[in-house]
Amino acid sequence: MAAKKFTPQPQPKKKDRGPHSDLDKVTLREIKNCATHVHTEIEKVGKPELKFPDRSLKNARYDKKDGYFVMGRSRVERTLSVNTVKSFAQTLKMMSLSKELIDADDFATKREAYYVSKNWDEAKFDEQPESDAAMDDIEALFSLEGVMREHLRFKADEHGGKVAGQLIVLDRDRESGRQLRIDCTGFGSGAYSIPSSVEHLGFETKAKFILVIETIGMFERLSQHNFWKTGNCILIGTAGVPTRATRRFVRKLSDAHKLDVYAFNDCDPYAFSNIYRTLKVGSGNAVHLNQFFCVPNAHFLGVTPQDIVDYELPIHGLKDVDIKRAQDMLKNDPFFQAHKEWQKAIEMMLKSGQRAEQQALAKHGLNFVIDEYLPNKLKVVKQFLP
Amino acid sequence: MSDAKTRTQGQLFDSEQTAPAEQAAKTTKQKPAKAAPSEKPDKADKAAPPEKGKGQTAEQMAQRQREISVSEFFTKNRHLLGFDSPRKALLTAVKEAVDNSLDACEEARILPRLLVKISRIGQSEKQFTMTVEDNGPGIVKAQVPNVFGRLLYGSKFHRLRQSRGQQGIGISAAGMYGLLTTGNPVRVRTKPGKKGIPLYFEITIDTAKNRPDFTDKVIEWDKDHGTEVSIDMEGEYRRGQKSIEEFLKLMAVANPHVYLHYTDPDGNVTEYQSATKELPREVEEIKPHPHGVELGILLRMVNESENRALSAFLQNEFSRVGPTVAKEICEKAGIKPTTNPRRLETSDIAKIKAAIDATKIMAPPLSCIAPIGEDLIIAGLKKEVAADYYISTSRKPVVYRGRPFAVECGIAYGRPGDTLEMTADGKIIEKSTQKPNEEQLMGAADEPIRLIRFANRVPLVFQHGACAITKAVIGTNWKNYGLQQPRGALPIGPMVVFVHIASVWVPFTSESKEAIASYDEILDELRLALMECGRKLGTHVRKGRKLANEFKKRNYIETYIPHLVIALQDILKLDEKTAQKARDNLTTVLEKSRKL
Repeated sequence: MAAKKFTPQPQPKKKDRGPHSDLDKVTLREIKNCATHVHTEIEKVGKPELKFPDRSLKNARYDKKDGYFVMGRSRVERTLSVNTVKSFAQTLKMMSLSKELIDADDFATKREAYYVSKNWDEAKFDEQPESDAAMDDIEALFSLEGVMREHLRFKADEHGGKVAGQLIVLDRDRESGRQLRIDCTGFGSGAYSIPSSVEHLGFETKAKFILVIETIGMFERLSQHNFWKTGNCILIGTAGVPTRATRRFVRKLSDAHKLDVYAFNDCDPYAFSNIYRTLKVGSGNAVHLNQFFCVPNAHFLGVTPQDIVDYELPIHGLKDVDIKRAQDMLKNDPFFQAHKEWQKAIEMMLKSGQRAEQQALAKHGLNFVIDEYLPNKLKVVKQFLP
Repeated sequence: MSDAKTRTQGQLFDSEQTAPAEQAAKTTKQKPAKAAPSEKPDKADKAAPPEKGKGQTAEQMAQRQREISVSEFFTKNRHLLGFDSPRKALLTAVKEAVDNSLDACEEARILPRLLVKISRIGQSEKQFTMTVEDNGPGIVKAQVPNVFGRLLYGSKFHRLRQSRGQQGIGISAAGMYGLLTTGNPVRVRTKPGKKGIPLYFEITIDTAKNRPDFTDKVIEWDKDHGTEVSIDMEGEYRRGQKSIEEFLKLMAVANPHVYLHYTDPDGNVTEYQSATKELPREVEEIKPHPHGVELGILLRMVNESENRALSAFLQNEFSRVGPTVAKEICEKAGIKPTTNPRRLETSDIAKIKAAIDATKIMAPPLSCIAPIGEDLIIAGLKKEVAADYYISTSRKPVVYRGRPFAVECGIAYGRPGDTLEMTADGKIIEKSTQKPNEEQLMGAADEPIRLIRFANRVPLVFQHGACAITKAVIGTNWKNYGLQQPRGALPIGPMVVFVHIASVWVPFTSESKEAIASYDEILDELRLALMECGRKLGTHVRKGRKLANEFKKRNYIETYIPHLVIALQDILKLDEKTAQKARDNLTTVLEKSRKL
C-alpha cells in the first residue's frame, strides 16, 4: 500500500428510492428493535443479551408431514461480556450495514460485506467465515419474523447450479425492466446458470420431472446426449451440495409446475446426508430457513446400495470418515431416523463396506446410464428412496 | 591500610607455615602426627616439585630441598589469589584495598568514606595506578611495612570474628603483583588519628624472605585520619560485567552505610551515596567452638597452650566449654583433667578429639555475626537497583562445623515501567517511572535473573558456577513462584537476587575468595532463605500477572465499546450525549463488575 492514506468519500445514494416495501419495513423494524433492546439495557447500566436460535442439527426437528427440518426452541443466549464484546459490536455493525443497504436499496455479497468491515478498525472481521457467521446469526435472529439474508440485502457469492432442458426461465432486464425469456434448451454445449437470487424468476415448462445430478461430469453427459429430450425432464447439476439458490430454484420450479424431483447421486454417506438430505429437508446450520430452501418432494433415484449389487458396479471401500458419518446419520439425524427405507439402505452400505460413484455405470458402456440405467429406474419411481 | 589498632603483633607469625599447616591438617587427617607446625607444608612441596630424574640419590635430592617462602610460592601461583589475568588483577587489587579500609573503619566505628581512583600510567593501556583512600583510623608507623609488604601478615586470620578480610594475604599480594609487573613500590600515606603524624611510605617485598623493604618520611596531609594506598600494576581496564564499577556498585548494595567515590581512568566520577548513618553492629570475637576444630589445629593449640591442666585448657581456649563439659570430655577421652596439655601424646589428642565429637556442646554464641538486616538489604537494593518490588529475608544465625553463620537474601523484581498498578478507584494504569540511564544490574524479562553473591558484605564476582549460592539458587524451584526456569539453570525474569553469607569464617573454595564451598548446612540455610523470599515473590508475581491479564482484557473491552456504540448510534440515531452515556455505562458494566 502507498504511504498516502486513501479516504473514501461518502457515497452518494444511487437513486432516490421509493417507499420501503413491506418486507423491508419488517427488516428495518427488527433491526431497530434489536438495537433498542440492547440500548435500553445499557441505559439501565445492565448487561444486554441477545438470544440467537441454536443453529445446529440438535435443534432440528423433522416431521414427515412438514417435509423439512423445523427449528426447535433452543436458543443461544449471548450476554455482553469481555469475551463477547467484539462479536456484539460486530453483529450490531452488521445490522447497521444492512440498514444502510436497505436505505440505499442496494445489495452486498457476503464477500463484499466482509470487505466493508475492513473500514471498522478494530471491529473488522479477520476472515470471511467470521462475517458470514455474524450474518447467519442476524438472519436466524430475525427468521422468526420471516426475514431472510436476502432481505437483509446480503447475497451469497456461491456458484449456482447448472440447468439444461425443456424450461424457459422468465427473468427481468435490470436496465429496462423488460421481461427476458431464457430457453434452457438453447445453451448448446453450455448450460443456464442459476443466479444467487431466484425470488423474482418465473418458469414455463412442459417437462415431467426434474433430475438433480450431483456431478457436473454426469450432468454434461446427460445434457450432451439430450437426455432431457428423451426423458422429458429438466436437468440440474449441483456440483456437490446444492447451494441455497439452487435449492430455492428447484423448490420454486417444482411448486410452480407440480414437478417431481429425483436426485441422482453417488452412493456414499456424504451424498446421502450432505447432498440429498440438504436438498430435501435442509441443513442443520440453516435450520431457521429450511422452510424456503428445501425440496420436500424430492426422491432418491440412485445410486443406491442395492444398485451396486443389481448392476454389479465397481466399488471402493468405505473410508473411516464414511463409516463414522454413516453411523452418525443413523444415530443423530432426525431425517434418516424417520425413514426406515433409508436406515435399511445405510445399514446395507455399512454391512458391505462399499461405496460407488455415478460414473461407475460407465463400466457397462459410456451411455449405459442413458440407455439402460435411468429408463429402468424411472419405470419404478415408487421404489425410490424417500 | 588502617589496621594499626587491631593488628596483633606477629608473634605467631615467625613462620610462614601457619596457613599451609592448616591446609595440611585438613588433608592429612589419617596421619595427624605430620601436622606439627615446624614441619614443611605439603603445599610447598607441590609448588616446587623435585625434578623427575632417574637414579638420583636421596642426598642429591636433599641438595635441592629447601624451605620455600610463602611470597615465592604465591609469586608462582598468583592465580590462587585472584591475579591470574590483568583485568582480574586490577579488580582484585581494588577489592583487597576496599575490604581492608572498610574493616578498619568499622572496627574503629567510623562511617566509611572511600575514594577509589584508577588512572593510566602515561598513555599506557596496560599499566594503571590504583588508589584507595579511606577515612579510617590510620596505621601506626611500625606496622605499615608489615601490613603492605608481608604476605600472611594480619590481624584477622587468628580471630573468629566476622570481617571482610580473612587471611592477611590480599593487599600485600596486590603490592607484590604490582612490584612484579611494574617494578614500582607500594606507596602509602597514613595518619593515625587527629594528633598522629602523617607519614609517607614506599614499600617493596623481598619475596625470598617475605620481609618488607621500605623508606618512610613525614609529610603534610590535610586529613584528620585515614590511609591511602597506591599500587602501580599491569592491568586491563574494562567496563560492563565484572568491572570495577560493577564491583563498587555491588559493594554499595551490601554496605548501605558506605560512601564511595570512584574516578575512572577517563576522569569520570561515580558516587555511591550511603543510605544509612548506622554502622553494622559491632561484632564480638569468639573462641573456636570445639566442634569446629580439626585435629591438626587441636595439636597446635595444645602445643601453644599456657594452661597447665587439660580441663583449664579446654575451658579457656574454646567457647561453650565449662567445667561440666570439660569434665565430660576428659572422662570420655579417658584422660585425667589435670594432665598438662603439653605432655599429651598425639594419640591422646586424637582421643580428645573423638571425645569432643561425642559430647553434646551448646552452639557457639551468635553475637559474633552481624547480618545486614532485612531493612538495610532493601535500602541497599533500592539505591542501586531500580525495581518495582523489593523483598528480603534475614535468617537467624546457625552453625556449621562449630562456626556460626547467617544467610540473608534479597530480591529486586520487575523493571520499572514494565508493570502495572491499580489505582484506588479501580483503574489499571502503567506505572510511570523514568528509567535511569546508568548501568542496570537487572536484565530483561526474557533473560536469566542476575544473581549477586556476597560473603561478609564483599561481592563475589568470579567463579559463579562453583559457588554454593549459585547451586542453591539453581536448586530452588522458581516455577513455584511464578518464574520460568530451564532445567539446571537460573530462572528467567527481570530480577536481581541478592544472597549474603555472614560468618566468622566463610568457607571459600580458594584463597582468592571467589566462591563459597557447598557445606550441607550452608546449602540448607541458603535454600530456606531463598524459599522464604520466593514465597513473597510468588505472591507479587502472580498479582502482577493477574493485573496484566486484566489490563489486557480491559484494553480489549475499551477497544470495542466505541464500535458497539457507533452501531447503535447509526441504527437508532442517538445524539452524542446519549452515545457518551452509553459508552460510560458499558465501561462501568464491563470493567467495574470484574472481580480482581
